[in-house]
Parts: sequence; structure tokens; C-alpha cells
Amino acid sequence: MIKIEEVYFSYPNNVEALKGVSLTIRNGDFLAIMGQNGAGKTTLVKHFNGILKPTRGKVLIDGVDTTKTSVAKLARNVGFVFQNPDSQLFSESVEEEIAFALKNFGFEKEVIEKRVTWALNLLGLDEYRKTSPFMLSGGERKRVALASVLAWDPQMLVLDEPTIGQDYQQKEKLRQFILQMKTQQKTVVIVTHDVEFVAECNPRVMLMREGKIIADGAARDILTNPEALTEASIVPPQIAQVFFELSDLGLPKNVIDVYEAERILLERMRRKA
Amino acid sequence: MTLIETKKVTYTYPGGTKPSINDVSIQIEKGQFTLITGPSGCGKTTLCRCFNGLIPQFYQGELKGRITVAGLDAVEQPIYELAKHVGLVFQNPENQLFALSVEKDVAFGLENLGVSREEMWKKVDWALELTGITDLRERPPHELSGGQQQRVAIASVLAMQPEVIVLDEPTSFLDPLSAKKIFEVIHDLNQRLGITVVLVEHRLDLTAKYADHIIIMDEGRVVQDGKPREILRSEEARLIGIGIPKATRLYQILRKNGIDLGDKIPLSSDEMAKLLREALKD
Repeated sequence: MIKIEEVYFSYPNNVEALKGVSLTIRNGDFLAIMGQNGAGKTTLVKHFNGILKPTRGKVLIDGVDTTKTSVAKLARNVGFVFQNPDSQLFSESVEEEIAFALKNFGFEKEVIEKRVTWALNLLGLDEYRKTSPFMLSGGERKRVALASVLAWDPQMLVLDEPTIGQDYQQKEKLRQFILQMKTQQKTVVIVTHDVEFVAECNPRVMLMREGKIIADGAARDILTNPEALTEASIVPPQIAQVFFELSDLGLPKNVIDVYEAERILLERMRRKA
Repeated sequence: MTLIETKKVTYTYPGGTKPSINDVSIQIEKGQFTLITGPSGCGKTTLCRCFNGLIPQFYQGELKGRITVAGLDAVEQPIYELAKHVGLVFQNPENQLFALSVEKDVAFGLENLGVSREEMWKKVDWALELTGITDLRERPPHELSGGQQQRVAIASVLAMQPEVIVLDEPTSFLDPLSAKKIFEVIHDLNQRLGITVVLVEHRLDLTAKYADHIIIMDEGRVVQDGKPREILRSEEARLIGIGIPKATRLYQILRKNGIDLGDKIPLSSDEMAKLLREALKD
């Protein structure tokens, strides 16, 4: 469990990126953090494994204050996938890239082999096992970065913009995988601008603006709140937009899912007929 | 008039085991807004690199077929000649930003084209204004956020006012409202200045409504090529992993349930809401 209490954070250039943020993330939570560029989303998640430590306030990870322990100790529990995969890839082959952290954590050779194969398979990267990550497309590199973290099975996964460059099928796989992690009581936090992906996943959604949290709740409530969304520079999902526009016809305003939309509309048309 | 044409183009990167694009023949008309999409790794970025000579001149590798851009042979003409006609905005902005301030980065291309100083600053101001980064002009690009960097990359290409601007997922790091604004700017450039636009994008929900022409690629090949409404009508687009707009998807699902909302398939939530309003009317 992560407990963030009244956290403020300033970068060395005096830019105050977090201005009093409090939140609790429980094991098994699936949280999407959304908001404008520069709202402090990435700064906040970097507090989850102690890469950044609060200027004021407290971050407790399973009860341990991050200022009183090392990043090395926290790293094993929290897997990070950065926004830009090029910030974390460096190996000569995809296989080595994925094995790197496993070796560092001291896993046995057979276990490493098995985990690498599992991760390659999961993310559809088998054919690139021996390929240099830098030969791959942007979307594929992003998946290599994800595979290299998933391979060591962290308790908590933080994904910064995981859907960039991913096509619909890849996103669907990612969604399935996250839901599976949830059933194992693992925690997944995504930082994302992809409203349609969030609408399909239906997680807890937190909106940030200028270093503060401005909304926190279920996706169907937050993504259908036009005022909060505008403040956070988010465009509502298309299905929500369709239902907003038709709310004068007595249709509900809080619909984000295409299949729920189908159900409601079919029902309505049946009644009309 | 055809501005970009590829004829049976097949290309393999050095050290690659199979072609990244395979037998690709397309035509892009002057003044049109073309959207290129397809699953991750389908060859979209590779195709874009053919439009300004980066392939094969920079990347080398093995190229077969012909590429013509603005009447020039893109295989033979040097990259600096092609750069006068084609502006390319890369997927990862860090790959194209290098100066110590935003305005210098935006001015760089113009300096190279030998534009007068006065003219240069005018164009720089215009491009900064259009992309909403005037207040960042003195800042070092490498200290900016990913989204801000993408705007700088777009501004630096816009400043040169090329005939055709090729953008490879230009808003992937931007928040949705900023992305929407950038797409509106691009649409506006296309409509008002007649700049030909080639946009590589997964998010059809934000872009399909602007497109005159959609090309869908899969495993290095062009699998669909035509008008947006015709292409999004087919189920195939979804099956090969294209994230078709949710409003369009809802239309398709209702159609499967026997609900006919007419023949004009919607590309945006506005269009879908109109069709539904009509259908729900008493």
C-alpha cells in the first residue's frame, strides 16, 4: 500500500511540481492518472519507488518512509516503464534487455530463461529475441521496455504512457494483462492521455492540474464530468460525447463504454417500436 | 496532381531479415490530408522515411522500386533538395531537437535554406505562435516535457512552410486537448494554406474526420487505400488492429443488430449523435 500525505515537491530549478498531494493506493488497485502536460503526473509517480523524495510531506510504502530507505531496496517492488522507451533500453538484443534486471536481482539461469521467454511471448516479441532493440519500431521498443519490467514480476507496476504507438490489438492485450494483475492483488498505475483506453479499462481515475489532484473516482463518473475534464485538458471519450449531446432525449449522461451504449440504445429503440 | 508516388517499393533495413515495406504502390495528391495507419511495426514509419530520401540515402539498406516526390526522384535527389519540399516531424522529438534554445531550433531549417534574417524571424514567430510555444522560445528544448518538445519539432518543420508535411505520430506525448489543438492546426494549414499533409496516427478518433484519404498497412503491405468512410465501413479495418473511432464502432454494432442509421457512416461523435437523434425522434 502506498500512502502519500500532503506531498510537495520542487525541482532544483525551483519549479514546484507538486503542491500538496494526498492519496492512498491499495494493493490490487488499478489507477489511471490523467491531466495536462506539466501537471505533475510523472513527478508524482516517481515518488512511488523513491526516485524522487518529497520536499515536504510524507510517502509511505507498506508503512516505510521513502526518505528513510534506499531506492535499491524499493526498486524490487515497483516496476517502472518510462514514457520514452529510449530512456531505458541499452542492450544489444531484446533478450539481453529483458534478462538484465533478472540477472541483477540474482535469479537463477533457468528461471531467467523461462521468464524471458514468457515475457517475449506475452508481448508478441518472440521473433525479435536476437534483434537489437534499436532496430525495432517505436511501438515495439515500448513493448520491450514493458517486457523487461514484467519479467521480474513486481508487486506494483507504474506505466508512463503505455499505449503510445500501440495498435488496438496490443492495447487490448495490455488491458487483459492489467486486469489479470489486478486479480493477483497487484497494483497497476498508469499515467496516460489515452481517454479511449481508460474508458475501456474502467479503472479508478485521478485528474491532476498544476501539481494538485482535482478529481478522484470511478472512470464512468470522472470521464463524464465535463468541467473537471476541461480543467485537466482531457477530451471526453467519444461515447460520452454522443450521450452528452443526446441527454435532452432522456438518455443517461454517464456512459463511456460502447457495449453499454449498445444496450441502452437497443432498449430505447425496442420501446419506441 | 500527384505529389508523392511510390511504385512497387520494397525496402529492407541493413541487417534486416525481411522487408519492412513490401511492394508498396501509393499516390498522394497535392492538397490532400492523408492518414496512414496500421498495427505497430507495420511499416508506417519506414514508408515516411522514403518521402524525404532518408531511405535509402541515410539508412542505406536495400531498396527496390521508384519513389517520386514533387516531381523529383527521391532515391537520387540529395536529402537537402528534398527537404525544400518535404518536412518530416519524427515520432520521437528528441531525435530532431539539438539547439540550445527553442527559437534557434525552429530557425535552423530556415538558416540552412538561406532565408534572410528578417524573413526568418517572421517565420519563426509565426510557427511559435501557431503551435502555442511563444513563451518557451528562450528555453532549452532538452529541458522541456515530451509534449512541449513535440510542439517544438512541429514548429521547426512548419517554419519552413514545406509543400508537404509528413508527421509521424506527432502528438503521442501530448494531452488530449493539446493533441486536438495540434490536429486542428494541421487541419487548418491543410485547408487554409493548401499544405499537403501526410499523418501517421493510431488514434483515428481524433483524426479520421480530417482525412481525405486513408492508407492502412499491415506487415509491410498496403491492405486498404481509399476514402475514410469507405474504409471504416469494412469490418476488416478493426480485425487487423486499427482502433476505429468509438462513434463509428457504435454505428457498426447497431447495424449488426439490425438498426440502420443510413448509409453515411459517422466519423465523429457529432455525426453519430445527429444520426441517433434522427433515429430516436418520435
